[in-house]
Amino acid sequence: MNRIIDLIEQEQKKDAGDFSVGDSVRVHTRVIEGDKERIQIFQGIVIGRKGRGMNETFTVRRISYGEGVERVFPVNSPRIAKIEVETKGRARRAKLNYLRTRKGKEATAVRE
Amino acid sequence: MSIGLLGQKIGMTSVYDANGRMRPVTVIAAGDNVLLRRLTNDNDGYSAVQVGFDVQKESRVNKAELGIFKAANAEPKKFVREFRLEHDLAEGDVDLSVTQFHAGDFVDVTGRSKGKGFQGVMKKHNFHGQGAAHGSKTHRRNGAIGNRSTPGRIWKNMGMPGHLGDERVTVQNLEVLQVREAEKVILISGAVPGANGSYVVVRPALKNPGARIAAHRAHAKAEQEALAKKPKKAGEVAAEKAAQAKEAARKAEPAKQEAEAK
Repeated sequence: MNRIIDLIEQEQKKDAGDFSVGDSVRVHTRVIEGDKERIQIFQGIVIGRKGRGMNETFTVRRISYGEGVERVFPVNSPRIAKIEVETKGRARRAKLNYLRTRKGKEATAVRE
Repeated sequence: MSIGLLGQKIGMTSVYDANGRMRPVTVIAAGDNVLLRRLTNDNDGYSAVQVGFDVQKESRVNKAELGIFKAANAEPKKFVREFRLEHDLAEGDVDLSVTQFHAGDFVDVTGRSKGKGFQGVMKKHNFHGQGAAHGSKTHRRNGAIGNRSTPGRIWKNMGMPGHLGDERVTVQNLEVLQVREAEKVILISGAVPGANGSYVVVRPALKNPGARIAAHRAHAKAEQEALAKKPKKAGEVAAEKAAQAKEAARKAEPAKQEAEAK
């Protein structure tokens, strides 16, 4: 790719921290309300990473009040303050879409 | 007041803006714009500057053009365009660096669109075409093109197949997101016409949407302030009180019923 485009993209890339598919994470997101900014935490299991370079995203799934909720975050987004890994998970596949069909306790942990 | 820039489209990428929102951008290299000639009202009947961009071999330039480059004491240039001015400017006032634009400015970008060759009406004019299945034997044809003996001819501007692309296209009101002085590039929100590596002309936006947006916001704010200041009319106050009383009565209802049941 072009040198200048490379430079622009490298500048925006940030050290996203070391996390992989299957990990339980706490994603600290910056939420702007009016002129105030606060941190909101989204906790769940990383069920996939997708894309390359600037377009890389990851999906976090959690069970919230009995309902499955998934959120997709761009890895390099400035709205993500930090990504905390709670527990390392051992996943044997790249995408954990099978968790969507699981219910109860099985849906909240990776055991393979 | 910015004049305009000649540049080369490098390609597209995306950047995050101040709000953390991802914006698609086109990167345009616009370094080394050289002032070749100043056209003045007295001499030429209008005010403008002639600007050159990108190096050309001397053998590729004819003698008339070479004269212009020699007079400006510049190397021969590949891409030469004029920018009209409102009035004559002194040479020192002509700013042709990328910093004449700032993030938040709006620009119009002119380029030559990619050639698509001879195309059908679906691609060229966004016609719907015909059914793909259920025994339909026509799929991407233009269909009917007119009426019967009245008017007995085809209307002007009827969409027909033909050559698409490879023409001068201007996209208006694109926002400048970044100006990078060190690399001599500007980042413009959205897509601009042409292939990567093709030449483009960047001009300040003709319709000035920045000013329009600011005016709109100021108007909305003034309206809101006027609304907040306006004292309530007597009728409105009475109606509000009545509504409140009704609401209170409605809330008290279940409690009353409960008491009666007991």
